[in-house]
Amino acid sequence: MLFTSYEFILFLLIVFILYYCIPKRFQWWLLLAASYIFYFTSGAGNLFYILFTTISTYYFVRRIQKSKDAQADWLKEHKQALSREERKAYKEKCKKKQWGLLLLTLILNIGMLAVVKYTNFVIHNINGILEMTGSGSRLSFWDIALPLGISFYVFQTMGYAIDVYQGKYRAEENFFKLALFVSFFPQLIQGPISRFDHLAKSLYEPHSFNGKTVAFGLQRILWGFFKKLVIADRLVVAVNTIIGDTASYRGIWVFVGMMFYALELYADFTGGIDITIGVAQTMGITVTENFIRPYFSKNIKEYWNRWHITMGSWFTDYIFYPISVCQPMLKLSKASRKRLGEQVGKRVTIYLSCFVVWFATGIWHGASWNFIVWGLANCVVILITQELEPFYRWFHKRFSVDGTFGFKLFQVVRTILLMSALRTFDCYRDVPLTFRMFGTMFTDFNWGELFSGALLGLGLTAWDYMVIVIGFFLLLGVSLVQRSGSVREKIAAKPYAMRFVLWFGLFLLVLLWGTYGIGYDASQFIYNQF
Amino acid sequence: MEEIKSTLLEILSELHPDEDFEGCDTLVDSKILDSFDIISLVSEINDEFEIVISADKIVPQNFNSVEALCELIQSLMDED
Repeated sequence: MLFTSYEFILFLLIVFILYYCIPKRFQWWLLLAASYIFYFTSGAGNLFYILFTTISTYYFVRRIQKSKDAQADWLKEHKQALSREERKAYKEKCKKKQWGLLLLTLILNIGMLAVVKYTNFVIHNINGILEMTGSGSRLSFWDIALPLGISFYVFQTMGYAIDVYQGKYRAEENFFKLALFVSFFPQLIQGPISRFDHLAKSLYEPHSFNGKTVAFGLQRILWGFFKKLVIADRLVVAVNTIIGDTASYRGIWVFVGMMFYALELYADFTGGIDITIGVAQTMGITVTENFIRPYFSKNIKEYWNRWHITMGSWFTDYIFYPISVCQPMLKLSKASRKRLGEQVGKRVTIYLSCFVVWFATGIWHGASWNFIVWGLANCVVILITQELEPFYRWFHKRFSVDGTFGFKLFQVVRTILLMSALRTFDCYRDVPLTFRMFGTMFTDFNWGELFSGALLGLGLTAWDYMVIVIGFFLLLGVSLVQRSGSVREKIAAKPYAMRFVLWFGLFLLVLLWGTYGIGYDASQFIYNQF
Repeated sequence: MEEIKSTLLEILSELHPDEDFEGCDTLVDSKILDSFDIISLVSEINDEFEIVISADKIVPQNFNSVEALCELIQSLMDED
């Protein structure tokens, strides 16, 4: 059930009406039922995976909690009788047991994700090796469809398991409440990857109808629809034309495709998240923001702090930090500092952890080499940026450019170009082809084709381009206004007539300019496939 | 505690010579310390105070201010 389908709107309407009609203590039960119905429509078989994650996590994380409670009680009871060393030994024994339970949870769930997502990738690579060695035998591919949203809910649930193990909060005792946290339908298929302590309270508590909250939620949904249906689903036609015909669309067309894809992906993903957050808000539930105007970032590090924030922070908190400060890494850090000197040695572990995180980020996005290379390319650029920081500081001071509008604009444009260039791996989905096509930008000087009417051969009419340009400036304008606070709050402070004109105008734009309707197959959200 | 604080300020000023760390309580939230800085910092602190800061202690509350960091170091020293 696509967010932009009629079925989803009808489904949402029914859930919304029931949500505010039933007794408040049953609201979260309704959300759980709605979430499972929503997920069921993506395929009954998918329920097996989500139930597996929910049941295994509930069981093992509860056992971790019980072990922690027993440890606390025992230590309290025997406080006087034990020496410091005995207490420490007991704590370590308990920690080992809890670690074993966590490890089991992680292996079961990440293992399940790995099996369904990466088996065919592994087979593909084995077949490649067999072909290279001249062997005639080939392994057959596994006929399995990737369950929708599995990468999102598995990561979200594993975050919960790790947090309980680390003692950040207690395990959820109610199985059905945990099931709702895992499956909450607005964010089930494309995130954000929420943290239990951020989402749970507003998910389970009763909510009274609040006109302002509901209106704000609906406005956010409308804005998401505008991004997705008016901008992203228009641009996807041109992007697919360029990517699909690599013989004709080279040189400047690769650049055009790269920039179109940058805008398409932004409108698609942020539009989807706007709908997610808006839907939750109409029911009084607060979902974590996933973007903070990422295209205004001055460098790639800042960009990754503002784009798909919940995924970035997941990798930082649950992979980067634990790897960086684990005992083997600390030993390696000491040894490398001793052998290579303080400056070089201390970088070894950071570089290694960074490499692991970006490899994982790449492969999380998809089981193919283009995503892995994309992830590692991000890693290289981030490390180069990190190393060049002293030079940047010197440059900014020497030429007094820091903070000037012109230089900020240069930094923003540079970051957009860099990130868009890296995403060509995402577009062509083939590493050698991506390098070849990227290379044509510097060898095929066919800029003149842009002005020969060929833009109209990409599947878009002049009218479509005009809509895209208007949409782009609208996005830009809203982002600029947003820097000084919530746009919806600002609009809410305006006179009623003006508010009506603005929101009804946006509604009409979606209605008239949106690419939807009978006979039109609205595109799936890009991040649904991850 | 004063001794811990002065050593910590030395480590921090080596990391970012231009920053004024005292009085700031949003070192992580304001991105003054990023994830790379935090790992360098943890490594330096571990060596200097002979403690082990584990991953579960790496949360913004513990790294947002010099005072919070001092308290974390002190508590880990007391544990040992």
